[in-house]
Amino acid sequence: MKYLDEYRSPEQVRKWLAAIRRVVTKPHTLMEVCGGQTHTIVKYGLDTMLPPEVTLIHGPGCPVCVTPLEMIDRALALARRPEVIFCSFGDMLRVPGSQGDLFSARADGGDVRVVYSPMDAVALAMERPDKEVVFFAVGFETTAPPNAMAVYQAKKKGLGNFSLLVSHVLVPPAIEMLLSSPDNRVQGFLAAGHVCTVMGYEAYEDLAKRYQVPIVVTGFEPLDILQGVYACVKQREEGRYAVVNQYARSVIRQGNRPAREIMEEVFEVVPRRWRGIGTIDRSGLGLRPDYAVFDAERRFAMSEQFVEEPSQCLSGAILQGLKKPYECPAFSRPCSPAHPLGAPMVSSEGACAAYYRYRQHAEPGESK
Amino acid sequence: MNKACPLPLRQYPRVVMGHGGGGRLMKRLIEDLFMAAFGTSAKEAHDAAVLPGTDGDRLAMTTDSYVIHPLFFPGGNIGTLAVYGTVNDLAMVGARPLWLSAGFILEEGLEIVTLWDIAVSMKEAADRAGVKIVTGDTKVVEKSKGDGIFINTAGVGIVPEGREVHPRAIQPSDVIVLSGDLGRHGMTVMAKREQLAFDQELKSDCAPLAAMTERLFREGIPVHCLRDLTRGGLACALNELAEASGRQIQVREASVPVSSSVRSACELLGLDPFYVANEGRCVVFVPADEADRTVRVLRATGEGRGACVIGSVEDRTPSVVVLKTALGSSRLLDMPEIEQLPRIC
Repeated sequence: MKYLDEYRSPEQVRKWLAAIRRVVTKPHTLMEVCGGQTHTIVKYGLDTMLPPEVTLIHGPGCPVCVTPLEMIDRALALARRPEVIFCSFGDMLRVPGSQGDLFSARADGGDVRVVYSPMDAVALAMERPDKEVVFFAVGFETTAPPNAMAVYQAKKKGLGNFSLLVSHVLVPPAIEMLLSSPDNRVQGFLAAGHVCTVMGYEAYEDLAKRYQVPIVVTGFEPLDILQGVYACVKQREEGRYAVVNQYARSVIRQGNRPAREIMEEVFEVVPRRWRGIGTIDRSGLGLRPDYAVFDAERRFAMSEQFVEEPSQCLSGAILQGLKKPYECPAFSRPCSPAHPLGAPMVSSEGACAAYYRYRQHAEPGESK
Repeated sequence: MNKACPLPLRQYPRVVMGHGGGGRLMKRLIEDLFMAAFGTSAKEAHDAAVLPGTDGDRLAMTTDSYVIHPLFFPGGNIGTLAVYGTVNDLAMVGARPLWLSAGFILEEGLEIVTLWDIAVSMKEAADRAGVKIVTGDTKVVEKSKGDGIFINTAGVGIVPEGREVHPRAIQPSDVIVLSGDLGRHGMTVMAKREQLAFDQELKSDCAPLAAMTERLFREGIPVHCLRDLTRGGLACALNELAEASGRQIQVREASVPVSSSVRSACELLGLDPFYVANEGRCVVFVPADEADRTVRVLRATGEGRGACVIGSVEDRTPSVVVLKTALGSSRLLDMPEIEQLPRIC
């Protein structure tokens, strides 16, 4: 496959590993922000092939993982209403709320459907005027433009039976939260390539300068990751801290303008609670007042509520890169994809699920 | 017998889709609920039951139900699947499939001409597989109480004397031969269901495998184990076999054939071809010195023309499946919990 195979080439991987080895003289602790990148790293065992000076820690960029428990509970409550058809992307269906998951809600008689695009939910609302169609708008800046477009189209068509349960989060405020924390260990970032495809990387230039950390906009294939690591390590070895765009085949500095415009039209920046981390100011998106009638929480008069996480689960520390999944006492027993205590064990992009799936008990290197 | 519902099942107080997905959740349902209730032993679990017969030959019996949407897809339909799936389960215990039953649950409103097309394909499929449909049953349920049509088939065959094809027969240093490329059936059905179009048209791999496996036996190849790859794909089949045999299985990623159209479709949906369903592929476990001959014999058949060696059985614990990646690292090829779900981004 063009644009994929060349980024998985064993020969190129060896070449870039050698290049990293040549420039490394001191320890580097880098964070890959996106769960998709974590998945690639663990799936291909890239962390086991890097020189021992380079430590990769896994960031909070998994939309499923950071969606707060109370939001899942709201989804479950909506899905169980007889007049509602609840639409979601597939991997939200197994995330446990405080009482069951969306699969259970469906088994209990709720009409829960997996869609591949929010526009499918809009089409469903037009087909079924007798029902309320609610779409679970989860994700980072990547899924925000299509979700904004769905609401925009719904308004244009005058659809009174379509709404969004919004749980959108933004990457730069999370990076800033990590950097400003007294516990911070991260010395360089592999920024999430697809988020930057939409948003560009101007916002990261200020962060890199203020906190003096290199930030490399990085793709998702093995070679992307290694090139991202190389660009981070080389800068740190040379005492520089700029934003570098490794993922130039997809990302330009100003991002995707039409996508940003539709987001700007429909959404505004709001505070959001992140699962396992807490509330971060200006870290999420909510519907603007002009589009507030499409807000499911308002339409169904849902109340604010906070729910405590199971105490054994270290997902907060894991999402902030303070702990590796296998350092959690609950990892693999009792917490597994069959009995997840926290979302990082559920999502295909969650760090705990990646370690469980590809390594189970093994620490990196043990499986060599 | 303990009549209380076993505890591990109570995480889901009702049946969820994952209970039929071919992963761990389904395995638990079968072992902890059905086998517990029926008093059958998991040790004997295989694609079909092998029962006492006469003159050294034994009987093989199996059953399978078919629920699929859409009913028709490139390369087959629910009827062809209902014949081949059951024939293949018999073939996987070393049996020569002979007779099938066919039970139909029809939903009120199903077009008769659709049913005719399905019945005709079942006859064609039975002829190709060399079996006869000898008995059947029909029930009709009210509109919206079925998905058009559900089919159950049961199959009976003969296991000739001397064939001991079972996970227990797997030996360390056995070589694993895969009969063809992965994922065509699952991705064809998914593409049709979701109306996704790809450059190259995908076609299901569904096919009867008994003639192919029969060739292996006739050539005198000492087959230790066979397993067809259905729900859960190659990863699920190998994990079941690793567990049942108590052996570690190693697979070389670079040796496993996946067509470019399946790879593209999987990339698009965020799925892993190792976990995607097949309906005309199997793995064959043979001694290492028989590997070349096995591949040659398989390739001489239509169904096995893509056969190749993909890995081996190791004399070490734990009994898991280890994948040697194309980049040279190793990782687990884990048993899926439930069916794969398309990802958010």
